[in-house]
Amino acid sequence: MKLAQLSSLIRSKNAGPFVLTFDIMFPDEQSYLRVKRSGVLNAALFANLYHCQPETVRFFECDNARAFKFSIPRVIFQGDLGDGDLHGGQQFMPLVDIEVP
Amino acid sequence: MEEIRFIAAIGAVGGGIHGESLDEAMAQKPHFIAADAGTTDAGPYSLGSGKSAFPREMIKQDLALMLRAGKRAGIPVLIGSAGTAGGDAHVNWTLDIAREVAREDDLAIRTAVIYSEQDKSYLKTLLRENRIRPLEPAPHVDEATIDRSVRIVGMMGVEPLQRALEGGADFVLAGRCSDSALYAALPILRGFPAGLAWHAGKVSECGTMAAETMGRGVIFGTIRRDHFIVRPYGPGLRCTPQSIAAHTLYENADPYLHKESSGTLDLSDSTFEAMDDVSVRVSGSALIPSEAYSVKLEGAELVGYQSIIVGGIRDVILIKQLDSWLAGVRERIESGIEKIFGDKLSKSQYHLEFHIYGRDAVMGRLEPERESLPKEIGLVLEATAPTQEIATTIALVSRQPLLHHPVPEWKGSITTFACLHNPAHIDRGAVYRFNFHHVALPHNQEEMFRTEFIDIGNPVYETSAAL
Repeated sequence: MKLAQLSSLIRSKNAGPFVLTFDIMFPDEQSYLRVKRSGVLNAALFANLYHCQPETVRFFECDNARAFKFSIPRVIFQGDLGDGDLHGGQQFMPLVDIEVP
Repeated sequence: MEEIRFIAAIGAVGGGIHGESLDEAMAQKPHFIAADAGTTDAGPYSLGSGKSAFPREMIKQDLALMLRAGKRAGIPVLIGSAGTAGGDAHVNWTLDIAREVAREDDLAIRTAVIYSEQDKSYLKTLLRENRIRPLEPAPHVDEATIDRSVRIVGMMGVEPLQRALEGGADFVLAGRCSDSALYAALPILRGFPAGLAWHAGKVSECGTMAAETMGRGVIFGTIRRDHFIVRPYGPGLRCTPQSIAAHTLYENADPYLHKESSGTLDLSDSTFEAMDDVSVRVSGSALIPSEAYSVKLEGAELVGYQSIIVGGIRDVILIKQLDSWLAGVRERIESGIEKIFGDKLSKSQYHLEFHIYGRDAVMGRLEPERESLPKEIGLVLEATAPTQEIATTIALVSRQPLLHHPVPEWKGSITTFACLHNPAHIDRGAVYRFNFHHVALPHNQEEMFRTEFIDIGNPVYETSAAL
């Protein structure tokens, strides 16, 4: 099943002008745990999807919030020349089609 | 004091406070009202230009609602990060609006104005003393960076706010300020646990965004000795353990650890329980005091002046060879610029950027599907130069190459680019960049912030005393 089908929200956003952060949230405990136990989400997968170094990817499993979080340094700092997404809100699409076993 | 109660009136002053919800929450007798008025999320322009990202009229309405409610109940009102970026110009602009409100509503308000803009020679001293430290990731900073900056602000924690409240302020108008500090200042001053106070602030500072579904309303917080409770007031709003737990993820790189001036808020052991359908009880949050008091710096410098051209391409034969075609266009623009400016403008002094909508304008280097080609693309050419006049000239030079640069498959004269506007270019004025992602380690907690107490509104008498 695709990640988007199990989650209630997949989003990206600035975490300050220098970091991009990605949240994946779930409607119920069952869907969250299914993804967590599958182990499919991890820094290596994210680094592969976003062409960045795995050691720059921070990954969090947040049981209380039924959510996963990834954070990476921005390739271009917010609002600097060449930045096409001032608020960082449109960077999440590569996560949507992740196949969850 | 068994508990301390507060209202988070809105996530950002100028967003439009919901008056009925504010009144409803005021009936619960809060001890203070707060809201932040700023963010870096709006981009570097506000800090660079000295202007607010929210309209004056909306800020005035929100200030009026908060100041009236505070005055009626005899409780303090705290506003942080005035005018979006919290520089001195932003604070004074907001103070001017507050004066207008006080005058029109016949309110006499003891006001503490806290300035957080930093003196450049002071920052150079800190830099020499190795008291400016980079966060991750940080741009390079040296003395030239400080000189180039239009404006640098320091983000205050609870301490300057507490001094203002202790000084008897009805209204604390702060420059750049940690949003959560607005809510943590008074509870910590009254002896409530710092971890709970900071976490309550963190949860509340975006207003009803902490609710299950965001809507019109306010957030009401009650902090006790071993827990705090949050609930919304507003039509159809509810907070759930998950919505409150999830809120600390929003716009934060780390969901558990949040760095503040005086320490790190640690939410690793926080627990969230539903009290009823709309309220959540939180406990277990801790503030780990830091060894050195630190103040986050935010700076903006002028990048240059910009002109843009917006248009589109529908020719799929051209789209298939877009990169090589654009390289040709760029070459022709560059040689045109050289003809006009000669040695007076080197290539490093201006910047030409093509944003290709339909391909990778939004994600840039993060775009994984660069190879799939649409039938139509949107193109924004962005020319950035040391003056507006040069930027405009570059845009004018760019139009012909965009319109007529050859496509090998087509013989004869062609028009390759659909301009959206006439004139084709738009002058954008000054553009800025953020140039600090650092903390300063001041010699003491006071030296980076200046507080002035003034009386605004009627009766008209004003005294000013630096604290």
